[in-house]
Amino acid sequence: MRAAETIRDAGFKKWDVFTPYPMHGLDKAMGMKSSKVGWFSFIGGVTGFTLGNLMIWWMNAYDYAIPIGGKPMYSPFSAFPPSYELTILLGSFGALLGMLFLNRLPRLHHPLLKHRRFALASHDKFFVVIETADPKYSETETRKLLESAGSRQVEVVEE
Amino acid sequence: MAEAVIPSSLKLQPPPPELAREPLVSNRRPIGWISDAVAGVAEGKTPKWWWYAFIPSVLMLTMLGAMILYLMSKGVGVWGLGQPIMWGWAIINFVWWIGIGHAGTLISAILFLLRQRWRTAVNRAAEAMTIFAVMCAGIFPLIHIGRIWFGWWLLPLPNANSIWPQFRSPLMWDVFAVSTYFTVSVLFWYMGLIPDLAVMRDRARTKLRKFAYGLFALGWTGSNRHWSNYERAYLILAGLSTPLVLSVHSIVSLDFSVSQLPGWHTTIFPPYFVAGAIFSGFGMVLTLLIPLRKVCKLEDVITVRHVELMCKVTLATGSIVGYAYAMEFFIAWYSGNPYERFTFINRAFGPYGWAYWIMISCNVLTPQFFWFKRIRTNMLIVFILSIFVNIGMWFERFVIVVTSLHREFLPSNWSYYSPTWVDVCTYLGTFGLFFTFFLLFIRFVPLIAIAEVKAVTPQADPHHPLGGAKEGGPHR
Repeated sequence: MRAAETIRDAGFKKWDVFTPYPMHGLDKAMGMKSSKVGWFSFIGGVTGFTLGNLMIWWMNAYDYAIPIGGKPMYSPFSAFPPSYELTILLGSFGALLGMLFLNRLPRLHHPLLKHRRFALASHDKFFVVIETADPKYSETETRKLLESAGSRQVEVVEE
Repeated sequence: MAEAVIPSSLKLQPPPPELAREPLVSNRRPIGWISDAVAGVAEGKTPKWWWYAFIPSVLMLTMLGAMILYLMSKGVGVWGLGQPIMWGWAIINFVWWIGIGHAGTLISAILFLLRQRWRTAVNRAAEAMTIFAVMCAGIFPLIHIGRIWFGWWLLPLPNANSIWPQFRSPLMWDVFAVSTYFTVSVLFWYMGLIPDLAVMRDRARTKLRKFAYGLFALGWTGSNRHWSNYERAYLILAGLSTPLVLSVHSIVSLDFSVSQLPGWHTTIFPPYFVAGAIFSGFGMVLTLLIPLRKVCKLEDVITVRHVELMCKVTLATGSIVGYAYAMEFFIAWYSGNPYERFTFINRAFGPYGWAYWIMISCNVLTPQFFWFKRIRTNMLIVFILSIFVNIGMWFERFVIVVTSLHREFLPSNWSYYSPTWVDVCTYLGTFGLFFTFFLLFIRFVPLIAIAEVKAVTPQADPHHPLGGAKEGGPHR
């Protein structure tokens, strides 16, 4: 965690920390902004609710009206339960697909996944990765920085 | 490297021993052990007990298929249905199975929002239980419609006369509620699985396993930038599933309470059904997990404390259900409606009185044993009591469906309902379906949320004395 703070303060942009579980406080230590998944979910939910009401109005009141016991052809009350379920359905798809979209997943290949030791990132080890594409990257300086931040092993991973 | 100097007054001290809670993972297991123990269940040679459970399950599943084919070829007359009891075991089983599903969502969504960290050890298996229980539930209304080939009329598609389904009916709402519930449960479950499938991928020895787990893990790396979006999406899904689970069983109860039948037409139904659903679901979670923690040697992850906490939830919801029974009776008397009064007195003392008293003793009396810590910590007794809860909740639905129908307004229409062998075998067959899928789940998917359990261990807490990812310290 302290290592993440060091790298953040050193001004790197294209870097990441890999952990086996979501770590409390690491977002702040990396200087990240709040996630945008909520917007995807919100848009999904609004679409679901509107679509549900429109569908029921169109089917039961417009395209083929079914009069039942003098009840109104379209009522927001009886249309509510299915629309509510559609809100949740599309909101959930929004959350999952939004998460995958923001993370650029699924991807079939990642250079780190070929690295032998990296498999332990899902087990019990923690990795800090600084991309060579980062404008502040230089092989010797970055190595020094990572070592001073308490790394046990520093390696360059070839793509 | 320089150790940061933190004044001791700022350092978090461990709580005094009398306030310390039992850790969620006992024996101070390190986080690597968690992956080994959980993933180990899905790796290696198939254990014998698995086959002993799997083969009978598949046979029962085959029986379900045979029963459905028989029903389709003959019609619903092969069941014990007849005027005036047109809803029998099929609807009872539908409500029973879907109620069982609700505990999974409660554990995964509501306890997540309430920050109950103990949920992590049981949520994966409970969510799987939800999905398979909803599958079993979904079969019944579909085969109950009689002419199954018209099942698509339930979907918002125009039929041959270009007439659309009629959305003022709660039965139509149910179609949307149950299908949304199933879909969202699968999404939630799968999203929770992504990091754990990555664990399985990274541990895989054979090429096939690596490919299959890798495919479903979607290239998950454990990047913190990914975790950040992931955790937000998880929170949103939990927030959406909570109103969903409450609405699903409310809508199921509306199938009954929107009708005019005494015994069904009550406003207490939605909350009463939801409480009953969670009660029965926790009964089923206990029935499944107590043997499972034993045979999979996961006693350090699903600890006695977890079982105790689940017993407490069962006690609370069971007491709500007991209160609802009492209130239903009181309101039947207080309403002054003679039909309502007759229905309830007939329920307890009429021809189906035996079912009513089975329901009362299983659902109201059984959970009261959970007041005692000695019973809550005795796995065998908890297991037996949990089975009584399952039986009791099945009888609750039997009482609601059958006793309300068998004495209708016209006495010349009164009759007595008994199931046929087809009813019984279809019901038993759904157990085959449930356990076939559940056993496959145990064998191929990590049955405990590995990443989530790691995150609640003391080692993962930067402020805890045992914390490995401590601020200012090298990672251990």
